[in-house]
Amino acid sequence: MFSNFDFQAIIQALPYLFGQGMVFTLTLTVLSALGGLMLGTLLALARISGGRVLSTVATGYVNLMRTLPLVLVIFWFYFMVPYIGQWLLQESRPIKVGGFSSALLTFIMFEAAYFSEIMRGGIQSVARGQNAAGLALGLTGGQTMRYIVLPQVLRTMLPVLLTQTIVLFQDTSLVYVLSLTDFLGAASKIAQRDGRLVEMYCFAALVYFAICFLASQAVRHLQSRVAIIR
Amino acid sequence: MNYHWNWGIFWDASPEGAGTYADMLIGGLRITLAVSVLAWMIALTTGSAVGVLRSLPNPWLKRLANAYIELLRNIPLLVQLFLWYFVLPEIVPEAWGDWLKSLRDAPFYTAVIGLGLFMSARVAVQVSTGIAALPRGQMAAGLALGLTLPQTYRYVILPNAFRVILPPLTSETINTIKNSSVALTIGLAELTARARAIQEFSFQVFEAFTAATLIYLVINMIATLLMRMLERQMRIPGYGAK
Repeated sequence: MFSNFDFQAIIQALPYLFGQGMVFTLTLTVLSALGGLMLGTLLALARISGGRVLSTVATGYVNLMRTLPLVLVIFWFYFMVPYIGQWLLQESRPIKVGGFSSALLTFIMFEAAYFSEIMRGGIQSVARGQNAAGLALGLTGGQTMRYIVLPQVLRTMLPVLLTQTIVLFQDTSLVYVLSLTDFLGAASKIAQRDGRLVEMYCFAALVYFAICFLASQAVRHLQSRVAIIR
Repeated sequence: MNYHWNWGIFWDASPEGAGTYADMLIGGLRITLAVSVLAWMIALTTGSAVGVLRSLPNPWLKRLANAYIELLRNIPLLVQLFLWYFVLPEIVPEAWGDWLKSLRDAPFYTAVIGLGLFMSARVAVQVSTGIAALPRGQMAAGLALGLTLPQTYRYVILPNAFRVILPPLTSETINTIKNSSVALTIGLAELTARARAIQEFSFQVFEAFTAATLIYLVINMIATLLMRMLERQMRIPGYGAK
């Protein structure tokens, strides 16, 4: 069964797996989460307090993204971004976009839809009186949102946002379809080069499990600490 | 933009020999639906069983159920599919491994089982949450009436719990359909894979992806409608009304 399981193959691959693969995966996860949170917050605000047109567009976008499989969205952006870049920069031919930039843009645009649903739920859960109180104190609508509502939303929603980020971390493995060298991509390249599929995929599964399990335990712990008691 | 649009592409013969590009998409859609339906059946049955185990008073069964859920939730679906597809045939006895490798529709079976088990962990969480959301008195009342524990589950707890969790199960149904596209990595010719193949054959990338996008939108709408109908059918008049 595991009689010819070769630990040496894993040990030799470690610098490549983590130095290249995991760095790629983590960078992509963190940047996508930050970008997705910012864009998602804007989308949530557009849905709640934008005009009718703006809120319809935002709602349509969020629903569309939530209906499509991530793999299809990755392909969409991979092929579409060069043409959009050409149009924006008024170039004569489609621009070249690197795999990382394409993946980053995809994940920001895709995750924004999910983060916006979380932020929308959060904003709606803040008591309405606070909004009224902010306005009564002479703050503008934007200032009330910025200084009173959003800080509380971020705090109460932090565990949910982090859980979504763990899902995002797992989802970044799908850049495999673009043959990028994320953690799984690195493992798969070594697996195919050395004929060590069993070792590499078992190790990849173990690493993903360890990281996601510990991170979700940490989020659970955090959840009990950041809860605002109203 | 100097992209050359050609919406008539779907009626052109595909280079695969039989049928048009449209037929390729329809073939992909069939596989997406078949995998999703079968995987969803595995997810519902296994997930419900694990969810019930998690709600039982026995701490060991609870731990076993939790271990199952954590294991399947914390490994990306893509990695799980690779484990089933590439690793499993290597670690079972050689004769079984050879048989697995010689299976003609191996990607299909792998996708059904891998996706089904992946989704079962999510279903299990929903089921046990649904059970926990019921008033404790229901269990006590069932037992007090002389029902055994299995009977109480069968006739009192589960019928109520499933009604509570129908809305979240709707989104898990749609997630199953969406996640089936991940199986293109193990060579399953499902909808997204076929759209990608059309792009590779004809270079009409945006037409192919637009068609796939519209098909996914329609499937999701139909799945949502069916689940809403089920919800209405299953509603107990007056129960849970606010």
